[in-house]
Amino acid sequence: MKNFQLITSKVSNLQKVGNLSSTKKTTSMYLTTTLGLVVAFICLFVLKLEAQSPKGKYRNVALTNATVETITKGTIANGTVLIVEGKIAGVGTNVSIPAGTEVIDCKGLRIYPGMIDAGTNLGLSEISTISRTTDFNEIGEVIPQMKALTAINPNASAIPVTRISGVTTTLSIPTGGMLAGTAALINLHGYTPDQMYAGFEGIVLSFPNTGRRGFFDRRTDDEIKKASEKALSSLNDVWEKATQYHKLDSATKGKAGYYPELQALVSVIRGEQTLLVEVNASKDITAAMKWLKEKKIKKPILTGVAEGWRVADEIAKSTIPVIAGGMLELPSRDYDRYDKPYANPGLLKKAGVKVAIKSESGNNNYRNLPYHAGFAVAYGMNKEDALKAITIIPAELFGVADKLGSIEVGKSATLFICNGDPFETKTQVSHVFIEGWQIPMVSRQTELYDEFLKREPGVKK
Amino acid sequence: MKKTKLFIILSFLLTNTFAQVEKGSLLIKNGTVLTVTKGTLEQTDVLVKDGKIAQIGKNIAAPAGVKVMDATNHFVMPGIIDAHSHIALDAINEATSPVTAEVAEADVVDPLTVSIYRALGGGVTTIHAMHGSANAIGGQCETLKMRYGTYDPEVLKMEGAPRTIKFALGENPTRVHGEGNGIAPRTRMGVEFVIRQAFSEAKEYAATWEKYNKNKLVKTFRGVPPNYNYRLEVLSDILNDKVIVHCHSYRADEIYMMLKVCKDFGIKRIVFQHVNEGFKVAPELAAYGAMASVFSDWWAYKFEVYYSTAYNAAILTKNGVVTSINSDDAEMMRHLYHEAAKTQKYGGLSDDEALSLITINPAKQLGIDNRVGSIEVGKEADIVIFKNHPLSIYGVPMFTIVDGVVKFDRENDADDQRLFVDPKQSIETASFRDKVNEHDNCMVDAENNLNSIIFQSDKK
Repeated sequence: MKNFQLITSKVSNLQKVGNLSSTKKTTSMYLTTTLGLVVAFICLFVLKLEAQSPKGKYRNVALTNATVETITKGTIANGTVLIVEGKIAGVGTNVSIPAGTEVIDCKGLRIYPGMIDAGTNLGLSEISTISRTTDFNEIGEVIPQMKALTAINPNASAIPVTRISGVTTTLSIPTGGMLAGTAALINLHGYTPDQMYAGFEGIVLSFPNTGRRGFFDRRTDDEIKKASEKALSSLNDVWEKATQYHKLDSATKGKAGYYPELQALVSVIRGEQTLLVEVNASKDITAAMKWLKEKKIKKPILTGVAEGWRVADEIAKSTIPVIAGGMLELPSRDYDRYDKPYANPGLLKKAGVKVAIKSESGNNNYRNLPYHAGFAVAYGMNKEDALKAITIIPAELFGVADKLGSIEVGKSATLFICNGDPFETKTQVSHVFIEGWQIPMVSRQTELYDEFLKREPGVKK
Repeated sequence: MKKTKLFIILSFLLTNTFAQVEKGSLLIKNGTVLTVTKGTLEQTDVLVKDGKIAQIGKNIAAPAGVKVMDATNHFVMPGIIDAHSHIALDAINEATSPVTAEVAEADVVDPLTVSIYRALGGGVTTIHAMHGSANAIGGQCETLKMRYGTYDPEVLKMEGAPRTIKFALGENPTRVHGEGNGIAPRTRMGVEFVIRQAFSEAKEYAATWEKYNKNKLVKTFRGVPPNYNYRLEVLSDILNDKVIVHCHSYRADEIYMMLKVCKDFGIKRIVFQHVNEGFKVAPELAAYGAMASVFSDWWAYKFEVYYSTAYNAAILTKNGVVTSINSDDAEMMRHLYHEAAKTQKYGGLSDDEALSLITINPAKQLGIDNRVGSIEVGKEADIVIFKNHPLSIYGVPMFTIVDGVVKFDRENDADDQRLFVDPKQSIETASFRDKVNEHDNCMVDAENNLNSIIFQSDKK
């Protein structure tokens, strides 16, 4: 952002110079014009140097004089983070910087690990209500074999918008049917899905629900109940088949035949893959936990969990972790206290649940993740816990805490630098690194700002 | 005896027509007062008498019997005004014709919805309760005060607020009427024509009446009066600037088109709503004196908002357009102070500029800035007391005051704030937002046409 303001002010200097040269020429004007042209030349030169290349930059960098928020090992004042070959090679106040390493002075700035949004369809949706631009919703109720990673568009317009706010890593989730596919964790830099892949995939289950879906949902209570019962019985059927397939597959040493849905589910039954269970109403949360226990699912995560606060102790007892959100929602029942959705993650944490926070899926505004966490803090959650809930905790839940989620030696250099508390709305993110690649701080939204703040021509051409 | 009777009758009449709006007196002590229009006053008191701000200063003594609220270490700001909302209404879209100027939200105000209390919980004291965006010329809107607790819809109405009407350009009217009903408008060309045609008819109608009214004065005149047409009456009032146009719009081209239509028909009072591409025609908006009411950062939920930028409000403001940030949404309206703060991230607006976006500027857009929108002596006592600065993420509204009456008290209010308990609704029924279509609140009730379109496209 700093660069933009700099450039903008230079552009306005240029304008002034241009205006002068076109006014009536007097002797003093000649002088000014000559001077102006020199200034203009210098400005142009500087502009060219400072214009952001749209490409990422990869090299060894030392970030010095920063307040380093490691998340896992406290705060380091006047610290250095050394990035070598895409990894964090040094953290602390006494890091020796190899000769030839580029230094970025971060005086007055803070360094945080990249934020992880565990609830998006980033890369799968360009314009949410135009189906031809979306790829998160394949046909079929039971299609766990559909892989989000396949359909990630590395050039989705929302990717730069998201990453320059410090959200560096997102879980992209297919939705629609009951078992709508396999979600993928991606880093928001790269030119192929594989370059972006951040090391985690999980199967998504939309647990049979008794909740209502917005004002379009005009079903009666009874219809909702029946639909939910029917869904549960078909889920049980699917699971029974998958369990049988697992036995057959084990007995035949992998020669049980081509059943793509069942083959995908077997990895969950064998405890190799995570099952992400989207569930929101308290009754459904209870039912989901019972079901997960019955089926002995080894790696479950509950997602959404809007009414988690109502059954927080039960969830804590089950030890199943939760990815709560979106946070900025209305209470799910008319008689509930007005701030329950904001307070939910804090109440879950207080009850002893392991909580990550996600933003809301489907609106391409994942840049607001820190504000979801910030609202949790404003309405009762401990600040440190909220910060962990969008960094190290999702990293742990996805089994990538060796690479992401904190500033530690050996981890991926996936981090951002900002001028204050990242939850505070006015805080500016100045630098973002993803796997050691320094990200250009531009998106279509910043480009439009640069073009239109002082539009030329104005009203008259 | 006679006098007593007259007194009883008079007081009965009075209580039934005026007296139901409750007005309170309060002394708010020692807060940081964010007046918005007159700077920030540290450790300052605000005295409220009978619903109005009576005095602002230091060490004001509490008049006898007046409740004192201690605002030490708290921030006192004007009540938040949402220039685009659809809460507290029983019907949003009269989607039966591209022009429906004859319908009015005033007829369907619902004082019982708990959304009003929740809005108070976010510091909102006044809303513009709008017709939806299904029609090029929609229905008349209503400015409401969040006087929660009444069963009387009349009490919510902000008495004396200027009349307003909803217009809509772009995808929504073309989808409902062109795609859905097979009638114009199906394109932005059609939208322009529908509006110009309606205004032209209204002009002709007004002229016919004017001629008749003139002729009537001649004794020998024998003609019959022209047919009365309420739709054309309302449209004529727009042409005479008696009604403020609030025009749902997104793309720069359609905003520019509407400016030209306004110019051609001599309409001066126009506010563009949503106006995601307003930043592209900011100089034209400023030159015309048109205003803009925008989202902080919503985008990409349909094609006409694909080329949006979160810097919209800042660009408009810096180009001299009176700009507000609205919600169009019962949830987002609960944190408009946070939405306003985003203009500090996206465009570096000052505290006063950012706060103006949700107070004095929307007041200007509704024509009520002489009554609300800032903390000034003589203005109505619509006030929010915040813990932490309202532009901080940690800002929490603690008290919301309407007409000097505390309507929201975070510490002491009971959880359940329903005025109406639906006997048919199971207490187990929970409802959650449909994330894909959530941004189309403007299209509620137009769904008979839409349902098929939206759900079909969802399923494909």
